[in-house]
Amino acid sequence: MNTLAGLAFAGLAIAEGYIPLLVLAVFTVTVGGGALLVSHIMGPRRQTQVKQLPYECGLDPIQPTARERYSIHFYLVAILFILFDLETVFLFPWAASFRGDMAGPVKVALLIEVLLFVGVLGVGLFYVWKRRGLEWD
Amino acid sequence: MNETLVAVLAVLVKAVIIVGFPLAIVPGLIYLERKVCSYIQGRIGPNRVNLTIGHIDYLLPPSMRGALPVGLARFKLIPGSLQPLADGIKLAFKEEIVPAQADKLLYFMAPVLAFVPVATALAFIPFGTPTWDAFGSGHVINLQLASANVGVLGLFAIGSLGVYGIAVGGWGSGSKFPLMGAVRSAAQMISYEIAMALALLSAIVTAGTVDLQAFVLHQATTWGGAGWLMFKQPLAALIFLVAMFAENNRLPFDLPEAEPELVGGYHTEYSGLKFGIFFLGEYTAMILMSGLFVTMFMGGWSLPLLIDPYATGGLNALLSAGVFLAKLFLVLGFQIWIRWTLPRFRYDQLMSLGWKKLVPLALANLVVSAIVLTFVS
Repeated sequence: MNTLAGLAFAGLAIAEGYIPLLVLAVFTVTVGGGALLVSHIMGPRRQTQVKQLPYECGLDPIQPTARERYSIHFYLVAILFILFDLETVFLFPWAASFRGDMAGPVKVALLIEVLLFVGVLGVGLFYVWKRRGLEWD
Repeated sequence: MNETLVAVLAVLVKAVIIVGFPLAIVPGLIYLERKVCSYIQGRIGPNRVNLTIGHIDYLLPPSMRGALPVGLARFKLIPGSLQPLADGIKLAFKEEIVPAQADKLLYFMAPVLAFVPVATALAFIPFGTPTWDAFGSGHVINLQLASANVGVLGLFAIGSLGVYGIAVGGWGSGSKFPLMGAVRSAAQMISYEIAMALALLSAIVTAGTVDLQAFVLHQATTWGGAGWLMFKQPLAALIFLVAMFAENNRLPFDLPEAEPELVGGYHTEYSGLKFGIFFLGEYTAMILMSGLFVTMFMGGWSLPLLIDPYATGGLNALLSAGVFLAKLFLVLGFQIWIRWTLPRFRYDQLMSLGWKKLVPLALANLVVSAIVLTFVS
């Protein structure tokens, strides 16, 4: 029971740090939404068919829809981002807990761990590089 | 006053200050940007829009006209300084044009999506000392809105959502130039985020914390107050600085809105205040990234000899906020200066700089920092 209460208390204490964030989010949404509303109310509206054409330097659009296929490279970049960003996030706890004033053996153990981790990451980067995954042509 | 009331009041006041800050600063930044640009290009720039106090005379009833002292009536602001205000008013009265093929919901959502996350992430930036004794009342106030112990991660988790606004805006417009701009922009922002996060890791290893307020304290208390991480981790600071330009889509990395190729990038189809919010979001992102750079690499609000990081006095707190602002404007000014100095990169050069140079460099920097910390200190 005690531990449960303790856990709940700890949870509340953590949540307390984020409540101001919610307050600020409400404020920013109000500012953004308010600006949309002002623009909606104040602006004149005389829509014509020509005005509503997608902008292509004054010419009629060439294709019926703009949502055409685009380069596969962007997909590759997105996948690579997810992989590398996850690995980076895994490094954050290590970086935060690694301190210069820890005992020597602990530091060496932590160093070996991170060297292994970054090594795997480096091999992955090297592999993508050699498979020309980072090239744009 | 009781403790809870003070805490709630403090949160509200800080939130108003933080949401008001970009709104108040961005017009000035735009003026500064246009002025710096024009001087670099040998022009004069905006120098017309102004308001003399004498103009108020016209609003007064006839019997009261001319009552103002002449010196006051002729007082003018810097010529042209009200240009952004005039632009803002103009934008508010612009026609709302929605392209026929637009996805209406996404089209209207996008500007707000681009502004809200970056403005909300400002909550994590500490803008003054953590221990201000509010007007000597015994209530200690931390000059940082969200004092989460995972500050850096929180800031990234929320601030990075801004890329959705850009991607959604480009997709929702249903027009080809915005779509291309949005896809480019998204790819560029996520690519440089990795280099940026890896550079931050080296800084975190050195400081041993992810709490931004603790970061400033670390820098303020080592090396006699000058233990700024830009001196301890110069390479990480440089990588962060380069990645910052790419994150904010600014020259030399402004490929998403490369005018000769893509008209206006992801906001080509936007007009009126919707365009205005996109603009505001861009500059807010610039303030956010500059604030993060100041906090993590330039000692935040601390300054040796001037500010005592543990003092509780009001003057000390005020000075610390002033120092933070001064450093922030230094970084913002640097970004403006660079923007009008360097030409644009090519897209393949941009991607290869991010992935093939900055990422390996940042990784190597992290490993070297870890080795040095293990065996030297």
